[in-house]
Amino acid sequence: MPDALVFHFDVDGENFTSAGQASTAIKRNLRQLGLPPEIIRRVSIAMYEGEINMVIHANGGDADVIVHEDCIEIILADRGPGIKDINLAMQEGYSTAPDNIRSLGFGAGMGLPNMKRYTDSIDIETELGVGTTIRMKVNLT
Amino acid sequence: MNVEGLLEHGFTAVALPDGSRQIDGVYIGDLLSWVMGRAQMDNAWITIMSNNNVIAVASLADTACVILAEGVELSTELKELAEAKDINVLSSPKSAYEIAVILSGLLA
Repeated sequence: MPDALVFHFDVDGENFTSAGQASTAIKRNLRQLGLPPEIIRRVSIAMYEGEINMVIHANGGDADVIVHEDCIEIILADRGPGIKDINLAMQEGYSTAPDNIRSLGFGAGMGLPNMKRYTDSIDIETELGVGTTIRMKVNLT
Repeated sequence: MNVEGLLEHGFTAVALPDGSRQIDGVYIGDLLSWVMGRAQMDNAWITIMSNNNVIAVASLADTACVILAEGVELSTELKELAEAKDINVLSSPKSAYEIAVILSGLLA
């Protein structure tokens, strides 16, 4: 089996307006690999939501995208405050984002629900005061 | 109906790097995650938001174009970003509802 292709990005927590750089770069990379547009769209939206979350809540983090033979895996790891109540956070419309984020059009409480919507599996590990790691997979077959 | 075709119906081009792109449906919304969750690929996306996240969302959600309603303007910097990212942006002084009515007739 050929080695999986790995893309790594540092998500800058300081710069909200440039958030999306990792997901737009991934979109370009996956396009170059010739993947179907709908797969690229799902991966890049799920990743963008995660990237925005890391910038809003966790002062940045690491994003890795691994292209396997049968799926694309997205791993987002931060050292932020952790998620207090995952069930609430997964509910559409629930948000703890501050007002300045809302005025930019985010904070609608759709970030995690969209990540779930566009991926085939999502696994969230979180510990208060330590950080959060989210692993998502989009199947290629 | 392609994006360029809208210029004959009272819309103004703000950035038109891919004018031949076909429009298939319409989505209206200003909450960006809502748009990413609900808008379909190739939709014309009507909004009053005009920050640079709009360009990112249009790119990732793969919409056919952004239509800025109510006369909302885009800064020169964001026009350049839209051109660079291959994102079509049009504008109109009309409300989102009035724009949707026009598009409904054109796409029928």
